[in-house]
Amino acid sequence: MSRTVYLDNNATTAVAPEVLEAMLPFFCDQYGNPSSMHSFGGQVGRAVENARASVAGLLGADPSEIIFTSCGSEADNHAILGAVEAMGPQTVVITSRVEHPAVLEPCRILRERGHKVLPIGVDGVGQLDLQELAAALMEPGPKFVSIMWANNETGVVFPLQEVARMVKAADGVLHTDAVQAIGKLDVDLSRLPVDLLALSGHKIHAPKGVGALYVRRGTRLNSFLHGGHQERGRRAGTENVPGIVGLGAAAALAREELGAESRRQAELRDRLEEGLLRTCPDTRINGDRRQRLPNTTNISFEFIEGEAILYHLSDAGVCASSGSACTSGTLEPSHVIRAMGVPFTAVHGSIRFSLSRYNTAADIDRVLEVMPGIVNKLRALSPFVK
Amino acid sequence: MWDYTDRVMDHFHSPRNVGRIDEPDGVGHVGSLACGDALTLMFKLGADGRISEAKFQTFGCASAIASSSVLTEMMLGMTVDEAEKITNQEIAARLGGLPEQKMHCSVMGREALEAAIHNYRTGEPGVAKSHEGHERIVCQCFGVSEGEILRVARENNLSSVEQVTHYCKAGGACGKCRDDIGALLRQVMDERQPAAPTAAKPLTNLQKIRLIEEVIERDIRPLLLRDGGDLELVDVVGDRVVIAFRGLCAGCASASLTREGVVQAKLREFVSPELVVVEEKA
Repeated sequence: MSRTVYLDNNATTAVAPEVLEAMLPFFCDQYGNPSSMHSFGGQVGRAVENARASVAGLLGADPSEIIFTSCGSEADNHAILGAVEAMGPQTVVITSRVEHPAVLEPCRILRERGHKVLPIGVDGVGQLDLQELAAALMEPGPKFVSIMWANNETGVVFPLQEVARMVKAADGVLHTDAVQAIGKLDVDLSRLPVDLLALSGHKIHAPKGVGALYVRRGTRLNSFLHGGHQERGRRAGTENVPGIVGLGAAAALAREELGAESRRQAELRDRLEEGLLRTCPDTRINGDRRQRLPNTTNISFEFIEGEAILYHLSDAGVCASSGSACTSGTLEPSHVIRAMGVPFTAVHGSIRFSLSRYNTAADIDRVLEVMPGIVNKLRALSPFVK
Repeated sequence: MWDYTDRVMDHFHSPRNVGRIDEPDGVGHVGSLACGDALTLMFKLGADGRISEAKFQTFGCASAIASSSVLTEMMLGMTVDEAEKITNQEIAARLGGLPEQKMHCSVMGREALEAAIHNYRTGEPGVAKSHEGHERIVCQCFGVSEGEILRVARENNLSSVEQVTHYCKAGGACGKCRDDIGALLRQVMDERQPAAPTAAKPLTNLQKIRLIEEVIERDIRPLLLRDGGDLELVDVVGDRVVIAFRGLCAGCASASLTREGVVQAKLREFVSPELVVVEEKA
């Protein structure tokens, strides 16, 4: 078996050794309950607060504005359902067509509950249609807007500054699913009027099972889990202390490395893209190449199918993902790629490579070494290649 | 990842009979780029009226490629009348089974084969019946007709809308036709009421013996030969398969392990789970 080349970091990342090290004391030694009235628990409570300060530091927020959750999906669900419930039954919900299911599904539930839900489209490179957003914001009544910061499949970054300006001008509440943006883009909520923001630990080298929701002071939000005073009564349940400490350590690491890592990963990503475009004909990049996460590329190989490509890549030790129907768990290809109007010759053959701090030039070389052979092999099988 | 059998992965990695035939006797096309999988199947008949050449080209996932590949192997040497009887279950069985969500790949193979035979017999274009246009289309997204849904439901003994989606994709996109599919399914299940529910059509003795021979040849003998052994098929009585070990296997201390762990396991995987393998008494 060849060395594993992991290029699926938008799915999940390795826990950083420094993160694991920070977590370890909180399993067997400092295992107290932060709520307990003894110093054994109290010291654990301080570790949770340090982690909160660290996450707040990464976001340019106040620690009191951070709620720890069990994952990014919980943070999105809490933000959307909790805020709209607090805003009342007349609230109009505005979102985009390319959101993660953790946003799409709560919005669907709100539609079933009788809310008007307006999904905003994207253009051919996956950029948000700001005119459509402006029109939606003209709707009467209170408005709740949930627009992702960066797309998980294509890496396309939405102009959140502009979106926030528009939403605030319409007196709306703005939530953003920033799960893919955190640790990859500069985020400063002291200068960006977002009300709610969801993030996930395992996308930034913390373990799975921890996330956070930023709630700007003054935002009305109903609690989501009931039965305890934790997280200022907004999220009941004994804290996942090791996970939270891990998230704090990962946030500190991300803050420290952000600029340099972004540049390094973007260089590798560009080399990968250019190499693939050069060596594999009938290949296209999906997404806005000017406004994109530094670590992500989404490439369509025309006339061949994504699952077949992934299995061959996997044999070569390369981990990636695809928006093809066969891998999406449904019979339809990715809703993101379809919303962009990608031609149907290319929809099923879309492959996403996503990098992290652990990828090297050798990883990129490995993909460039094996990919042309895989594409040729599958195209030789395809009835659509003459 | 999908839980594919070794045979699926083998056919995916080393697909047999890829390509096109010059002047074929029958050509069938099914599927499309938009649907996410497509298959072009061609065959040519020999002087003896049996299929002497079968080739395919597939756009699709690993199981679509494997289903097409194994189908071309199955067709070779058959008359057109014999080939026409190949069912989607037989295609899946030859692969050691497919995940249920992937059964539509085996159905695509059967459809392409029928389309190619139709082309051979009539000279009309070989396209799947459901795409010809004179039948009511139930699933607009994937263009699946009422007849095709009734057929996969009957032939595969299906009992839920979800299963119908797994077998022919109908209902797998916008979902508007799911109630329609449910009504068709009730119709099929009502027909089924009088008879006890039966599984896939059992193999005839002749088919069973042929399949056993093939599996021994392809999946078992090479393993034994590698260790200097061999085996011979002596007889098949009902589900009892009588074999004799040869070469180094004969008298080998671990022959009974080989009999159960290799011979019986492979035959159960690829022929029938009921089979019991015994050694011939000297």
